[in-house]
Amino acid sequence: MPDRPLAPALRPFDAVGGWTIAVVDSLGRFGTFFAEALAALTPPFKFRAFVDRIHFIGYNSLLIIFLTGAFTGMVLGLQIYLTLVRFGSEAFLGPAVALSLIRELGPVLAALMVTGRAGSALTAELGIMRITEQIDALTVMALSPMRYLVAPSILAGLVTFPLMTALFDVVGIFGGYLVGVKLLGLSEGTYFGEMQTFVDIGDIMVGFWKSLSFGVIVTWVCTYKGFNVGHGAEGVARATTQAVVLSSVLILVWDYFMGSILQ
Amino acid sequence: MIKVEGLTKSFGRQQVLRELSLEIATGTITIVIGRSGGGKSVFLKHLIGLMRPDTGRITVDGVEISRLRGRALDDIRRTYGVVFQGGALFDSMSCFENVAFPLREKVRTPRDELVKRVEAALAQVGLEGVGPKYPAEISGGMRKRVAIARALVTEPEIVFFDEPTTGLDPVLVNTIHHLILDLHRRFRFTAVVVSHEIPEIFEIADTVAMLHEGRIVEVGPPSMIQGSTNPVVQRFIKGEADTSL
Repeated sequence: MPDRPLAPALRPFDAVGGWTIAVVDSLGRFGTFFAEALAALTPPFKFRAFVDRIHFIGYNSLLIIFLTGAFTGMVLGLQIYLTLVRFGSEAFLGPAVALSLIRELGPVLAALMVTGRAGSALTAELGIMRITEQIDALTVMALSPMRYLVAPSILAGLVTFPLMTALFDVVGIFGGYLVGVKLLGLSEGTYFGEMQTFVDIGDIMVGFWKSLSFGVIVTWVCTYKGFNVGHGAEGVARATTQAVVLSSVLILVWDYFMGSILQ
Repeated sequence: MIKVEGLTKSFGRQQVLRELSLEIATGTITIVIGRSGGGKSVFLKHLIGLMRPDTGRITVDGVEISRLRGRALDDIRRTYGVVFQGGALFDSMSCFENVAFPLREKVRTPRDELVKRVEAALAQVGLEGVGPKYPAEISGGMRKRVAIARALVTEPEIVFFDEPTTGLDPVLVNTIHHLILDLHRRFRFTAVVVSHEIPEIFEIADTVAMLHEGRIVEVGPPSMIQGSTNPVVQRFIKGEADTSL
């Protein structure tokens, strides 16, 4: 039976209802995808694929982590020094740089950088595999694409994101040291000594838990978008953009919630 | 025996398959012909379990696969070999690794035997020495042949070919068709080929089924299809332009 046209007054409700159903549907798919990926973490474990993903996500992101970490630390060193010197508190430059990096900027900026470099590539790679039927080929071989493609990426995210964050923090602290100590003349003992006094294991764990959760979020979003790509090159391009934007927004939103919980 | 009964599939408001029924006998080459966009690939995706019908059923040797999920469906798929339209070779792997992949992951073959079987499979499709090359480094025809080698290396009972000759020159089309025929004679698998290569497919088919507007409108041996009085079949075979467009 053909659908009867809606009365004009009802059309906005129809549009809102349709949009709500689409959002709930896609959230359901997103959640189911993650549950399937978790189920694929059971043995037999694809160790080769896991090592390959660590190389893809972690090793290939090293240069960008070094560069952004160094310059973030240098900018922090300069700006915080210029602020503290007004109050005669420049001795606290070391802990201020370290705490900013370890608790907040390290996990967030490292995650954003890895998303831009590896997350987009992950979505594009899976998207191309989808449109060229490589994922279907795995399925008809009675092999789970989740086990071969998604689970190793999520596990690699769990391993590489904390490592990338640690690296970002260390390089950033050294960048702050270069500016604060070598350029602006603060004593080396003050920079590192005060850092040891004010930074404790709790601060490091805040950064660690954040980076761990970002590792899951980014790989989950990027593999989901790659798996559910549209048609052709345009579909891959759209999915890649959506993956980077959604991952970046979720990193910032989740960072706020984690920051509130892990005070 | 593959039996398809009353298969219906729609995407939104567009009905692609309408009450499609077909029987495919074990050990034969059945070729499904029909115009581009007529639902041939959608039909094939139902046979290999990548799509689920809205209504209707598909049984393979008495097992209804259209209701199966998970491991039960995988058990049936282990008896399949599939050659996709574009080959669907894993582009991060060499041709050797592509052919070795199902042997290593699906049937866990020991290394020595694996090497022998992969080299034999590549030799069967006339590609000795191509193993170390990557799919991007070889021609379209060679990629199709590597895909055939990958599909057959596990000696499947049923092999599905989705337009295996699309985009190839006439010589390669003939080569691929005779390769399918030759391999079929050697291994006696059931072959389901989706194609629109007329008249070449009549040389290799045991049965030809014409799919038109979501239904099988004619099915039988090549001679019967060629002599069909159905105007849709005749127009397709003769390649006559559709004046209704």
